[in-house]
Amino acid sequence: MDFLGEHSPELLPGRRPPLPVQGTIEAPHGTTIVAASFPGGVVLAGDRRATMGNVIAQRDIEKVFPADEYSAVGIAGTAGLAVEMVKLFQLELEHFEKVEGAQLSLEGKANRLSTMIRSNLGMAMQGLAVVPLFAGWDVDREKGRIFSYDVTGGRSEEHGFASTGSGSVFARGALKKLYREDLTENQAATAVVQALYDAADDDSATGGPDLARRIYPIVTVITDEGFKRYTEAEVSEIARAIHERRLDQPDGPRAALL
Amino acid sequence: MSTPFYVSPQQAMADRAEYARKGIARGRSVVVLQYTDGVVFVAENPSRALHKVSEIYDRIAFAAVGKYNEFEALRIAGVRYADLRGYTYDRADVTARGLANVYAQALGSIFSSAAEKPYEVELIVAEVGNAPEDDQIYRLPHDGSIVDEHGSVAVGGNADQISSYLDQRHRDGMTLGEALKLAVESLSRDNNGGERALAADQLEVATLDRTRPQQRKFKRILGRQLSRLLEENGTAASDEAADDASDSEGTSGSEGGAGTS
Repeated sequence: MDFLGEHSPELLPGRRPPLPVQGTIEAPHGTTIVAASFPGGVVLAGDRRATMGNVIAQRDIEKVFPADEYSAVGIAGTAGLAVEMVKLFQLELEHFEKVEGAQLSLEGKANRLSTMIRSNLGMAMQGLAVVPLFAGWDVDREKGRIFSYDVTGGRSEEHGFASTGSGSVFARGALKKLYREDLTENQAATAVVQALYDAADDDSATGGPDLARRIYPIVTVITDEGFKRYTEAEVSEIARAIHERRLDQPDGPRAALL
Repeated sequence: MSTPFYVSPQQAMADRAEYARKGIARGRSVVVLQYTDGVVFVAENPSRALHKVSEIYDRIAFAAVGKYNEFEALRIAGVRYADLRGYTYDRADVTARGLANVYAQALGSIFSSAAEKPYEVELIVAEVGNAPEDDQIYRLPHDGSIVDEHGSVAVGGNADQISSYLDQRHRDGMTLGEALKLAVESLSRDNNGGERALAADQLEVATLDRTRPQQRKFKRILGRQLSRLLEENGTAASDEAADDASDSEGTSGSEGGAGTS
């Protein structure tokens, strides 16, 4: 391989000139991610559906990952690229921590992710965008923080709640009515599952809780004790409670008019 | 122009080995012991920031004595090697044996190349397995050889004396408290048989704990937890082992976040 690399590098798989890409590539896309902060931390949740055009590509995809002990990233967009980006992001954070002997600041982590998204801009132009939501516990300021991104790597801090992906419009609408600043951890988790339920209600690419197959959204919470992912039993309890209530009130809880 | 003196290869190597050994012997020692739940690293090191013991990967840790800049360079190279391996293939494909081989190659080629001075370092690479039999400890002397060690190992200034002390007293299935106590006893012995008292703030202690729920098994033992473990005597340690385990789990999250692991 070294010999080939020296003499005719164009024959190595990684060094061939890229083929001109025409049209869009059909690849599984992940959909809705929501986050909400509460006084002791932040919750980040995602639905489980991946779509490819009008087809459901995968029912139980996982789109929320721990980035390190105190942060998590949820991804919307092309699943393959996004998972790879998260893997690299996790590696960079861990590598920095081990080499320097200290963790990156939350701000630093958010900036690093921003650069990684920007480097994917070429692919995004061809329809393979990756748009994550980053949430973490800021050890210095002692609060949970949420960062959202656009395809060009533009980073903006969100206060309270945020969402990304195809169902994000509906999820944000739901959270806007449900969110309060004094939510407990469990209430915040319920609010994000409600928002995902509403997103699934109106967006065909977002999957709701699948009670028959026991596929529930992924709910993670980051507090000063670090990252924690809700177990299936914990999420199913929340999802079932919401489902029960929606049998009477299909549109979910009603906000006050004034 | 003067003609260089002829120096026989034997003499040249012996000189280099002598040079490296002297450099290593100047520093304080590090001991590594197996205990029932993993491997414990104990170093005499008054600095909180400049570590002699560090995490390399999920189940692998590194300890070194000698010149700081030289072993720090080797540590970073090791972290880089492990992270690259784990990213390219899988986390399970990073092994202490592979890493020890890379270190041995590096140390060996530096030792025998005439252009550079030999590294004045001695390393230990340890990996914790699922059971005590699967634990691996490799000692890497300055000349690029590898020694596969079991039970206990010491490197640094007073290594020979400390190792023989440890060999006589170390047994399988020690608790963390017992192993730590033995390690501190061995480190506090002087060359001439006298003893010095080593307080918690002069020690750097870390473990690779196979019972840790996280993927990364490396954990530093700091502050109160360390003083408490040191105060316990060997007999009481086994009774409180269960208590320890729950305690260390409780603190592991926050300590990892303080950037110590």
